[in-house]
Amino acid sequence: MEPLLCWPDPPPAELVRALDMAGFASTAVGDEATAAAGTWSGAVIDATEDAEGAFAFARALRRVELGVAPVLVLVRGSQLADLAGRHDAFDDFCVSPFHPVELEARLAHLLARDPLAANDTETVVYEDLVLNLETYQATIAGRPLDLTYMEYELLRFLAQNPGRVFTRETLLSRVWGYEYYGGARTVDVHIRRLRAKLGEEHAALISTVRSVGYRLGETRWG
Amino acid sequence: MEQQQSYVLRTVEERRVRLVRLWFTDVLGQLKSVAISPVELETAFEEGVQFDGSAIDGFSRVQEADVLAFPDASSFQLMPGGEGGEMSARVFCDLQNLDGTPFEGDPRQVLKRNLARAREAGFTLMCAPEVEFFYLASDDASQALQPLDSASYFDLTTYDASSNIRRATIQRLEATGIPVEYSFHEDAPSQHEIDLRYSDALSMADNIMTLRLVVREVALQHGVHATFMPKPIAGVQGSGMHTHLSLFREEENAFYDPAGDANLSAVARSFVAGVLRHAGEITAVTNQLVNSYKRLVAGFEAPVHVAWARNNRSALVRIPVTKRGKEAVGTRIEYRSLDPACNPYLAFSALLAAGLAGIEGGYELGPEAVANLVDGAPPGPPPAGLELLPGSLAEALDRMEASTLVRETLGEHIFEWFLRNKRSEWSDYKAHVSQFELDRYLRSW
Repeated sequence: MEPLLCWPDPPPAELVRALDMAGFASTAVGDEATAAAGTWSGAVIDATEDAEGAFAFARALRRVELGVAPVLVLVRGSQLADLAGRHDAFDDFCVSPFHPVELEARLAHLLARDPLAANDTETVVYEDLVLNLETYQATIAGRPLDLTYMEYELLRFLAQNPGRVFTRETLLSRVWGYEYYGGARTVDVHIRRLRAKLGEEHAALISTVRSVGYRLGETRWG
Repeated sequence: MEQQQSYVLRTVEERRVRLVRLWFTDVLGQLKSVAISPVELETAFEEGVQFDGSAIDGFSRVQEADVLAFPDASSFQLMPGGEGGEMSARVFCDLQNLDGTPFEGDPRQVLKRNLARAREAGFTLMCAPEVEFFYLASDDASQALQPLDSASYFDLTTYDASSNIRRATIQRLEATGIPVEYSFHEDAPSQHEIDLRYSDALSMADNIMTLRLVVREVALQHGVHATFMPKPIAGVQGSGMHTHLSLFREEENAFYDPAGDANLSAVARSFVAGVLRHAGEITAVTNQLVNSYKRLVAGFEAPVHVAWARNNRSALVRIPVTKRGKEAVGTRIEYRSLDPACNPYLAFSALLAAGLAGIEGGYELGPEAVANLVDGAPPGPPPAGLELLPGSLAEALDRMEASTLVRETLGEHIFEWFLRNKRSEWSDYKAHVSQFELDRYLRSW
């Protein structure tokens, strides 16, 4: 079996020890280039220190050219709320400090799962909107949308969390990443471009929630 | 590989793009394009596309002729509606010298450099232009120059026909990610206006380049000619590109202060003071044609005086009234001398630099102009204390040449080349004997 990828480099000592004890081979990886150079049976990402960096890296592993799965993240109990809206980035999580037996059981379960079952996230469908995560293509009522990369990423994020309202700040940090400079108006500008491309008929798919932010589709609360 | 690039490569493959157009802009603001086949795109991202720049206005001198065009993946856009339904795509490029340094003749990099300077001070520039243009029956200059022909042309082309063309144009713009705020028929016969929804300055300059192409292409498909020439028809309004500007600090509008006069913050007041103080110096950049100065005359709703006002459309800088409840985002200033024949990268750079000079130097904003400066402006010297905008390209070039601000903003290479090119345009113009002179002097003298 290929080794497990561990992030960051170096990973916490207790993680390396636990994996070792459980009989999983693991390699510390700090960046995408190193990840791309190897083949992996899965990944364990430690989000307890640098959560932003961890989720950005976990998301990067999801990309077509890396395609590392499954991904387990380690979070502190106080970070559980941060998992909301980030479900696309990982397959399972474990609260840290973790019990080595629990970590082992979770990893064993993840790795034993039918790999085909993990592929059910390849398309995101909301009403007439279809996003193919593998080919990066989006269609509305069968019509292809000619999106730029950031427009695609924004639409994907919203469509993966339909009915949820996101503030501009949340969208900025989740879609653009923390290193992006430009201010939350960037979000408004891109939302307006997405609506333009969706066309008049479908522009209302993304609604503005006054003094909060944006939402795709209907609210879950009716 | 960077993820944006892999997105682009995948999209090109999935959508069967036949041709990828690498776009860049010459110093005068003309769009240039090198088409490559999709299989070349990956190499272009990594190594750039080498071409001989000496053939392009304002680019390299002969001894340093070759430059590299690197596609900016974030600007990749499919361009539907081409000939035969074939899918093509465009991507804006940044130009580099062979040694990897930014190419100093590239206007897009001039804007990037100025935006980076603003970013150091914590600011992002947002722009929203109102682009005016004319539809004409043909691009035959002898017809366009005669107002009588334009009147009869208006008879031939009904209002509905030209608004159909405009509607088709707006659909194309929106489909390529350029949101349109309003569009309408302008004052002059066959004159139209498209107002773009605000965006950051670099995307907006890219959008203006795209808009000028799309407007012309759609017009051509309908058998008419669209022109962004600032004053194609004497005796009626010319085409301007009033541009709304604001600076954002993170998500806060740095121009907004609920306690300030007209909701303007101290930053906004200094910015306005900056653009007013340097207006004369940057006018050659914002109004770069001999013809631009035929628009900047009294009586046609174009600014002539260097002044600001709250709701007076004849001032150079206007502070538009913001919709109630939208003040925090919408507070902005409107600069009104720009015309649609400018190079948007250089024009936005110049405006930003002038405004920042005001902020950094703590310029004080003078009193608001109250009189209607255009309609009531008598010929002769301006009211006391009011400066006039340069009256001709020659005068604007003199002001520009003496300006350290413009020299630093554009960089030595573009500054020198621009002056040389425009001086030569002026001397050609000076040597020309116009119809006006023939009509006026031939018989009487």
